[in-house]
Amino acid sequence: MFEILSDSLSSIFGRLRSKGRLTEGDIDEVLGEVRVALLEADVNLEVVKEFQLAVKQRCMESEIHKALNPAQQVIKCVNDQLVDVLGGDTISFSYAAKPPTVVLLAGLQGVGKTTTAAKLARWFKSQGRNPILIGADLQRPAAVEQLRTLATSIDVPVFSNPGNPVETAKAGLAEASRLGRDVVICDTAGRLNVDEEMMDEIRQISDSISPHYTLFVIDSMAGQDAVNVAEAFHERLEIDAMILTKLDGDSRGGAALSAKSVVGKPIAFASTGENLEDFELFHPDRLSNRILGMGDVLTLIEKAEEAFDVDEAEKTAVRIMEGQFTLDDFLEQMQQLKKMGPLQNLVDMMPNLPQGVDSSDIDDKNLVRLEAIIQSMTADERANPVIIDGSRRGRIAKGSGTSAQEVSQLLKQFKEIKKMMKGPKKSNKKQRNKKKSGGRKKQGRTTSRNLKGKDALEIPKELEKLVGGAGDQQFDLSEFGTLTENKTTES
Amino acid sequence: MVNLSSKLSNTRKKFSLFGKSALSRSLDDSIWQEIEETLISADLGVRPSLQIVESLKEKAKGENITTLDELTEILKNQLKATLSGFELSLDLDGNPAVWLLVGTNGVGKTTTIGKLAHRSQSGQNSVVLAAGDTFRAAASEQLEFWAQQAEVHIVKGAEGADPSSVIFDATEYAHARGIPLVIADTAGRLHTKKNLMEELSKIQRVAGKGPGTVNEILLVIDSTTGQNGLVQASQFAEAVDVTGIILTKLDGSSRGGIIFAIQEQLGIPIKLVGIGEGIEDLVPFDVGSFVDALFETKQ
Repeated sequence: MFEILSDSLSSIFGRLRSKGRLTEGDIDEVLGEVRVALLEADVNLEVVKEFQLAVKQRCMESEIHKALNPAQQVIKCVNDQLVDVLGGDTISFSYAAKPPTVVLLAGLQGVGKTTTAAKLARWFKSQGRNPILIGADLQRPAAVEQLRTLATSIDVPVFSNPGNPVETAKAGLAEASRLGRDVVICDTAGRLNVDEEMMDEIRQISDSISPHYTLFVIDSMAGQDAVNVAEAFHERLEIDAMILTKLDGDSRGGAALSAKSVVGKPIAFASTGENLEDFELFHPDRLSNRILGMGDVLTLIEKAEEAFDVDEAEKTAVRIMEGQFTLDDFLEQMQQLKKMGPLQNLVDMMPNLPQGVDSSDIDDKNLVRLEAIIQSMTADERANPVIIDGSRRGRIAKGSGTSAQEVSQLLKQFKEIKKMMKGPKKSNKKQRNKKKSGGRKKQGRTTSRNLKGKDALEIPKELEKLVGGAGDQQFDLSEFGTLTENKTTES
Repeated sequence: MVNLSSKLSNTRKKFSLFGKSALSRSLDDSIWQEIEETLISADLGVRPSLQIVESLKEKAKGENITTLDELTEILKNQLKATLSGFELSLDLDGNPAVWLLVGTNGVGKTTTIGKLAHRSQSGQNSVVLAAGDTFRAAASEQLEFWAQQAEVHIVKGAEGADPSSVIFDATEYAHARGIPLVIADTAGRLHTKKNLMEELSKIQRVAGKGPGTVNEILLVIDSTTGQNGLVQASQFAEAVDVTGIILTKLDGSSRGGIIFAIQEQLGIPIKLVGIGEGIEDLVPFDVGSFVDALFETKQ
């Protein structure tokens, strides 16, 4: 469940979007809003401070991303940092050479340890293991009954006996060995980090069964204090990993970031409901979106990254206008095409694909060959194709694994295209009062060329052959005419 | 971690080192920053904390406050004012009166009922417990334990039974025996689950259909809860007529500051506070000591 972008962040975005470069002050401004977002998400105050510093550093060090405006770039840095901190490491269970593998659960009251214990048992079973549960919560009335009821539903044995949790745990371990169980999951009573006696007790339980994995269970709706709790438990027990519960709620889950920051161990599992199957391996990117609460922006950023590099496209458009369309530009265009995915998908991207074009006509393989040819050229050759004589042709052909004939063909076709690109400039078309594409930034689309079908120009057969298509293909390039008349400026 | 009294006492020390002239200097930015951070760390929320600090700054300017002692007093009074003016008693009108306990998972509803039963009972025939959590494994066994501890009756249903009918049955049971109070447990539920919230509304309706009068619906909130507590409270208040809040686990290191926002925005009084797992560990909400505790270390 994502929050909509906060008003203040929206307005900051608005102010910054036209900026070409980000100043430190700009970064601070965006980070200020991010701070509020993180605090509202229950990330601990001190953790937020550390986090901001790390993000700022990341921002200053990262390259300017052409597809994103400055504010978006900062958000991207924030998101990337969040994902890194939350999930840089994943847990991989390695089972004890000498079974059983012992797992100990610990945490505050009411976080969901008992249910989690049963979920874990079910999970281990799915991994082909033979778990046993130890009901060592002798504090909470009917806790062991609860565990037994859950365990019955998944056909896992439970060991418990009244008295003393430390003794129970130890006896449970012995029972596990006796029964030949290879995984032991020990549930314990919830306890306060400030309860010395109880913290001593869990330490004793841990000492008595020497867990291979101590898992700290944390409620995703926990507030600022979560960091203190995590720290205390970690200090006492040396947590190996954490389990985040009640993620089916709509809390932002910032406590997870706090806990992770102070414990430094992975979040292994995410619990997403009361049923035993509502248990999965943890996905850091999902949680980072949730914590940041800026789902819309992140989608935006994703789309922008996937799309045509708007900047590049605009620069190329300008060059085309001025008759400067080079083989490099051509290569660039083809690489952009490739980036967009199979040419089949191109039909979705183009606002107005001319009639008669069948997506199956468009051949990816041709593109690859053309790309290879151009890449085998030197910079000089690309800038000035006229210098490509016989011997150069031969070299290029060899380098690209094609033939001298194909190279000639490409050059001929390119010449035609270049001519054609210059065409609209000399046409008598009425200048349409269109908004300059430089000012328009459609999400996930190239905006330099608004290909509408009205005033169409016929593409020479050369281009058809190039993309492997057939039939009449018409692209409206009057847009270029408009752009020529109103001199575009680079953004 | 951040603790206002220790931080303030450090600053006080600083001022006294500099002598009296330092006290007449305006309270510097770092003080305001520290106060803001203390409030945020207590889960008051970032925007409310900012607002409180802003209004405190104005007061300090307007009333020419220069010492930290005075400032702390004003701050405490401001916070106390937010939480005051509410009716704190529990309504016992009815034949029987019915109190429903609601809330999200793991907050301490069942344990709290045990404590309530203990406080309310004056002989075996004063309270009936209704095991309205028919979902969670062994929930009624858990409540049964408390019924035994408090030495009161309990009405249970089969696991998976309709919670509304269990509670209804309890009201009839109580009425038939002249027992004046039914305290009903309900299953923990996330406010995001629409069907479960509807079930809760139904529970309230049905519980009042028979001889019983539902005059307290107590929302149990865990003091470790962060900002989500406000959403929780408002969603529950939409589903049922919440008459009061019981804040649990205040014996932990959390301050429970989310209740400020809840009281301010929803006007629901905090009636009781849970301070431990024992049957006696339930006390009436006291504004003064709650606010004072915000500024104390919990070790």
